[in-house]
Amino acid sequence: MLSADSLRKIDGEIAKYPADQKQSAVMSALIIAQDEKGWLSNETMDAVAQYLGMPPVAVYEVATFYSMYNLQPTGKYKITLCTCLPCGLQGSLAAADHLRGKLGIDFNETTADGRFTLKEGECMGACAMAPVLLVNNKKMHDYMTNEKLDQLIKDLR
Amino acid sequence: MLDYGPDSILMKGLDGRNWRLKDYEAREGYAALRKLLGEKVDPTALVNDLKKSALRGRGGAGFPTGLKWSFMPRQFPGAKYVVCNSDEGEPGTCKDRDLLRYNPHAVIEGMIIAGYAMSATAGYNYIHGEIWEVYEQFEQALAEARAAGYLGQNILGSGYNFELYAHAGYGAYICGEETALLDSLEGKKGQPRFKPPFPASYGLYGKPTTINNTETFAAVPWIVRNSGDAFLALGRPNNGGTKLFSVTGHVARPGNYEVKLGTPFARLLEMAGGMAGGRRLKAVIPGGSSMPVLPADVMMRTDMDYDSIAKAGSMLGSGAVIVMDERTCMVRALERLSYFYFEESCGQCTPCREGTGWLYRVVNRIENGAGRMEDLALLDNVADNIAGRTICALGDAAALPVKSFLKHFRNEFVHHIEHQHCLVTGEIEPRWGRAGAQMHKIAEAA
Repeated sequence: MLSADSLRKIDGEIAKYPADQKQSAVMSALIIAQDEKGWLSNETMDAVAQYLGMPPVAVYEVATFYSMYNLQPTGKYKITLCTCLPCGLQGSLAAADHLRGKLGIDFNETTADGRFTLKEGECMGACAMAPVLLVNNKKMHDYMTNEKLDQLIKDLR
Repeated sequence: MLDYGPDSILMKGLDGRNWRLKDYEAREGYAALRKLLGEKVDPTALVNDLKKSALRGRGGAGFPTGLKWSFMPRQFPGAKYVVCNSDEGEPGTCKDRDLLRYNPHAVIEGMIIAGYAMSATAGYNYIHGEIWEVYEQFEQALAEARAAGYLGQNILGSGYNFELYAHAGYGAYICGEETALLDSLEGKKGQPRFKPPFPASYGLYGKPTTINNTETFAAVPWIVRNSGDAFLALGRPNNGGTKLFSVTGHVARPGNYEVKLGTPFARLLEMAGGMAGGRRLKAVIPGGSSMPVLPADVMMRTDMDYDSIAKAGSMLGSGAVIVMDERTCMVRALERLSYFYFEESCGQCTPCREGTGWLYRVVNRIENGAGRMEDLALLDNVADNIAGRTICALGDAAALPVKSFLKHFRNEFVHHIEHQHCLVTGEIEPRWGRAGAQMHKIAEAA
């Protein structure tokens, strides 16, 4: 189900924990699985459960609890913008407006061409560098002026 | 060169690129560990010196670090753990990210020393999932430390063994609570545990565990090199050392500043470039979004240390200073904060799970012109019924902002209810309460 490369990465994570605590690697295993598949279908989660020797429901619990797992397919680029209070005081709400206008979608929507999904994020721990956003969870962009947002969208199109 | 202010010790001499092991060693890095292992310093003496330093937890609670370390049963056979809480997600806080990006080996050395002091066998650094690049960089720093013999078996030939690993979170504020973090490390939903038992007796995998914040660990090597007394002398009695403050909001230069504890707020504001656009200060949340807000006049005569801020009616918390100017609508600001706690409640305790949504919906309807005068008493009542009635402090964290906003800025809430619009005229900040909040129908909000 998961590629040999993903399984090798998961093995690296399992090695961080005591031999009888494989379950500790479930968060990273799901991250690795999501990176490979784009999102976590039940089938993918079942594969992770089997690999770690966990009941599938214990894996679903984890996947549904943490907000950065995609439980549905997203656009090719998931853009998550922090709109918390400190960021909001430093222009992230204007940045949200700009992005919504530019992409023609609201939060939790995907563009018709399947290119972009827009999400509202909670604190990313980079408040002083607002506006801050994540592309596909792993790449942070900070100090996002309208010009930088335009450039980012252009680069990803 | 990165400038965190003239008093910085943790962030001194950093330029953004010199985070590698060799750079850290050139800044006296790992000298503290070499000294401890070389001189076979008695762990009890080390913990006593830490007590003298008056280093207090930098994550939010401000608990004395030396005392916390002394709770660990050193003689307990078997596995014992040291855990670093880098799950920095308290709105306004962005200091641990800088520490991990620019000085990761200070955190690693601090954790190895903690392991030595408490006879721990292994450690984990739980890193906020949103800063993935920092997590990957930390893995590189760990590999460097391992290759240099600072981690693993028989460290520097001393016979002391300690392993350290990084673990990534993936989007749950609650995992910043130490027992939720432990459950998350165990591969479960991050839901806080009942205390007692405290982690020092029943922690990770049921073994004795001590959890400290990133900045707390980073301060330890300096204390070992310079003595607890020297660290204490930097700050004030009971408030030792320097502290990183993340200054955000309406200041000219938002950013992290490291100052001696006891520095006046006015001085910190000056370091952050003063108020943006020369506007007037209205309110400050001095310790991260979970702490009570304070009006400008109170803040301007308060010093930045645990005891002074507590005396002024708030808490130093994580050191996140959220600055709001005269254009800020306090109802909107509270609406956004309340949404955050509603979104992040883990759902375990009924008062928090139900109460945080209730608070948000009531503030939302006041902001949207559908509030009723009795809503003010309702907010107080709901907040009082959350605070102190939950397993962890997230309940209090949701209630305290509501109570303090109502206490200090009641007239703005009353104006919103009476006139269906804001008391602030002209341009209003933040531009709307919660992005997308207008999608919530007012009827639904009731």
